Amino acid sequence: MHVVVCVKQIPDPAVPGALDQVTHTLDRSGKLVMDDSDSYGVEMALQLAGNVEGSEVTLVSMAPGGETSGLRTALAMGAARAILVSDDALSGSDALSTAKALAAAIRRAEPDLVIAATESTDGYTGTLPVQLAELLGMPSVTFAKGVSTDGTTLEVERQTEAGYDEVTCPLPALVTVTAGVVEPRYPSFKGIMAAKSKPIDVLSLADLGIDPSDVGVRGAREEVVDVADAEARAGGEIVMDEGDGAARIVAFLEQLKVI
Amino acid sequence: MDRVWVLAETGEQGPTALTLELLTKARTLAPAVEAVAWGPGTASIAAALGEHGASRVYDVGDIGGRLPGAPVAGAIAALMRDGEQPDAVLIPASYDGRDVAGRLSAMLDRPVLTNVTGLAEQDGSVLTEHPIFGGTKILHARFTGEGPGIYVVRAKSFASEPAGGAAAEVIALPPVDAGPAGAATIVQRHVEEASGPKLDEAAVVVSGGRGLGSAESYALIEELSHLLHGAAGASRAIVDAGWVPYSHQVGQTGKTVKPTVYLACGISGATQHLVGMKGSKNIVAINKDREAPIFSVADLGIVGDVHKVLPALVEALKSRS
Repeated sequence: MHVVVCVKQIPDPAVPGALDQVTHTLDRSGKLVMDDSDSYGVEMALQLAGNVEGSEVTLVSMAPGGETSGLRTALAMGAARAILVSDDALSGSDALSTAKALAAAIRRAEPDLVIAATESTDGYTGTLPVQLAELLGMPSVTFAKGVSTDGTTLEVERQTEAGYDEVTCPLPALVTVTAGVVEPRYPSFKGIMAAKSKPIDVLSLADLGIDPSDVGVRGAREEVVDVADAEARAGGEIVMDEGDGAARIVAFLEQLKVI
Repeated sequence: MDRVWVLAETGEQGPTALTLELLTKARTLAPAVEAVAWGPGTASIAAALGEHGASRVYDVGDIGGRLPGAPVAGAIAALMRDGEQPDAVLIPASYDGRDVAGRLSAMLDRPVLTNVTGLAEQDGSVLTEHPIFGGTKILHARFTGEGPGIYVVRAKSFASEPAGGAAAEVIALPPVDAGPAGAATIVQRHVEEASGPKLDEAAVVVSGGRGLGSAESYALIEELSHLLHGAAGASRAIVDAGWVPYSHQVGQTGKTVKPTVYLACGISGATQHLVGMKGSKNIVAINKDREAPIFSVADLGIVGDVHKVLPALVEALKSRS
């Protein structure tokens, strides 16, 4: 079974986010790291692959400037190889254009299973994985809180508004996993060393046969008009608990006539 | 705009609240509002859809146990290929709604605007509102290419109001074969709904987060919500950690709540959480860290240990009843 995991390399979430003043796109000029949300997909892929003999895990990512630091982290966890789509013309791509580029790269890998996070930490539009599934002609099961497979059929516990559904579908298929679905392993020293020599195939739009004018800023069919400060809530009263915290809350609730 | 479609989701008691919110909003955007629904019970919701402004409902029909993403998007795309052209499609930001939006986007080769919390017509185009950076900034966007625009809209962005229209005319769509892409099937449903008022309808919501320290401490949240006749919520962190079921999750990927009072206990206030509760009328936060982002939206913030404040609060409320 060949498992492909989508890995997004994002600006370090510990650093406050910023938008480019002119284009209003997210500033990605700093160092990029693997999106924490994707560590669950990588772990899930490694576990599923471990259960089906002859399986392998390939990472797929799209990032500017040939960025691979986030991919090395996932390779250190145990993935065998990575494909990186990197091309200056992709800058400013919307989710659908990104899905097209990733789909072209993933098709080459001929996966049985594609795993992605439900949404990224930086953009959180949450639409890309299903767009990807449609472009690949695959069934998709989103918001998985549990996944198992025998290499032929996929069994998923899918989160719903009221609880969860047991969902099944034949492979090849795409699944999106929620954070916490598995406990991501820490890369071992051996894993980190091995990751340095694992192959990363870097592909340009020309390699993928994609017209640069269909993607990136030029291909985007939506624009940010402006960004404004949200209406701030009137400043609240913040107090240190001196043993009277509960009493203060009771008084507040009384004032609102909730109790 | 002349014509807007709304993806109508059916819940236990007819169309979901979010569906009616979208229909209400659609009426302000275009003279013609129509719905698209699926499932065996479309005829039974036609009256409610009509009352909220839909003149027609295109019925995809019973899709069996299949997940709706591929078959429902396929039916909508087929309808458009047959010449029916809306200017916009409004889709609920639900688990199934997001699936339909993603599929439809790729089928039609049209981008999607997600996490929409506002829609307004301006100079002939529709301007969307999106909260970013934890809701501290509002981003306005619009489509620049050919329509129809696909918008995924968050719950409680608009109020729902009936317009008193007649039942929507039900138009049955021909069955669509979604092929391998539509092969995902539900085998069994599990409902984890708790007793008491529903999380997204309760006047009081008491939520717990990582600061509780352990799954066992969530009992304090449940007891407190019970005493206040409210519902118990949770941050994504503790839902992901398996302390409480997903149905309790408040936030970006969980439920959006706007109660009279929201009590955030041991919740730091990540973006993911804030967007789901920031619209609450009154917010009380208890957290050890004075710098926690939750305090920036709190009307009353107690900087302290939830393990001290919560038991005292429970005792104080008990002694009153």
